[in-house]
Amino acid sequence: DLWKPLLPEDIRAGEDLHIRIPAPLVQEAKDSLAQHMISYRVLIPDVQKLVDQSMPRERSSHREVSGGYVYTEYHPMEEIYQWMTQIQKNNGELVTQHILGKTFENRTMYYLQISQPSNKTKKIIWMDCGIHAREWISPAFCQWFVKEILQNYKTDPKISRFLQNLDLYVLPVLNIDGYIYSWKEDRLWRKSRSPYKNGSCYGTDLNRNFNSSWGSVGVSFNCSSDVFCGSGPESEPETRAVAQFIKSKKSDILCYLTIHSYGQLILTPYGSTTKPPSNNEELMQVAKEAAAALTGKYGTSYKVGSTALILYSNSGSSRDWAHMIGIPLSYTFELRDTGTHGFLLPADQIQPTCEETM
Amino acid sequence: DIDDEGHKYYLELELEDVLDKDSTVSCTAEVLYHLGSRASAPDVQVTVHGELRSTQEADKEFYNWIRSLEKELVAENIPDSHGNIPPELEPIHLLAWVASGYVIWQNSTENTKFHLAQVQHVKQVKRSDEDLQFDFVVLLHEMVSQEVLPWEVTLLWHPQRGARVSQS
Repeated sequence: DLWKPLLPEDIRAGEDLHIRIPAPLVQEAKDSLAQHMISYRVLIPDVQKLVDQSMPRERSSHREVSGGYVYTEYHPMEEIYQWMTQIQKNNGELVTQHILGKTFENRTMYYLQISQPSNKTKKIIWMDCGIHAREWISPAFCQWFVKEILQNYKTDPKISRFLQNLDLYVLPVLNIDGYIYSWKEDRLWRKSRSPYKNGSCYGTDLNRNFNSSWGSVGVSFNCSSDVFCGSGPESEPETRAVAQFIKSKKSDILCYLTIHSYGQLILTPYGSTTKPPSNNEELMQVAKEAAAALTGKYGTSYKVGSTALILYSNSGSSRDWAHMIGIPLSYTFELRDTGTHGFLLPADQIQPTCEETM
Repeated sequence: DIDDEGHKYYLELELEDVLDKDSTVSCTAEVLYHLGSRASAPDVQVTVHGELRSTQEADKEFYNWIRSLEKELVAENIPDSHGNIPPELEPIHLLAWVASGYVIWQNSTENTKFHLAQVQHVKQVKRSDEDLQFDFVVLLHEMVSQEVLPWEVTLLWHPQRGARVSQS
């Protein structure tokens, strides 16, 4: 595929030649050039990428559309509300939508319960997404997760066995007010939207607001800080809604998962102290297996460990709180990437991120 | 630990070319963080063991394109909210990354971890000499405090002379 010159007969010694090499032949071509001592330079590493980028969105080849909903795009809150209603409508035998509570700005928080009818009481796995507004890949993952389960539970033996013994509770967006604010006003907003100091500053970091060594480390009492922990443990309605519910079900909850970005980490308790939790060995073993499975998909590497040791100290996190009230397996996932795009992860990474995390 | 001076770190790093993922170069570095909270930027010495690929032609193309513009280039929000960057603005994004590197270096301590979150604004300023000048407002995310703060930084760039931060 000659790009310059266009015809082989116009090739001249001593002049530049531009040629496109198909991906599987790149190494062979490089070896051959080296062997013949012909120097070269890679002008465009990935032609397909440039082509895709310059195409109008609709014609991009990697679109995951299921039931009319595009899972490979980021969706505003109104669309996520509609999606939840649709999901319950289309999968009524398995999915029910429930009210968890209300946000500060009085929006309804819904969670989805995925539960196969059975006469035995099942243990519960809880997963929440979007506690921090700017981490858009997180709600995208919760939606993808639900879709995957519903699409494959009849045919995938792993998933159907899962659902025979476990119920899944998924909260696609915890910090709804903040998420909407990040769409409309400030893409890099993190906290909730409750006002403090007579409206001179807004928002509590909901992941510093739980009653786990609240206010002790890695927080700020200044309401303009991005890690403002609120006026007291569970001072925020969103925190209370989640805490109340989890407390009421805690004897049946096996695993608490909270999804964030970015960093590519699986974090175990605690953030408020380096003293390891009582079941640290089990926590670490499960997390390491998860990280290995994740890496196996696309080679994305994840680090595993306690927050206080591998990230930073913080108190009042939902993960610490869940463990402290007795939920044995409690994890924070920090999804892609490691800083190249950070919070602004391009939508074309939704699919691979979600696939590997599944 | 270096008495009366600070903490010195010896690093072995692998540089990966963002535009050519196969291409890696190893380098070694020494970083000295000075004592005291109101300290200055860390001292950094880097040695690159190998060759960085030549970008002569792409540099020339970009340089000529900017010089040919009738109106100074102005752009905002790179990447946009959905993580997209128009292909022609990729070089601007890369230059912003370089400029951010300088700001991050000047503000780093052993307890900070910065990343460029977004280029909020960039304005080209026409110059009488051969350099290109870009005035950036970059948003830097700091991991420990979780703050995202804007920083103004002016970058000068020339295909042969490379990138320099202008002291405004």
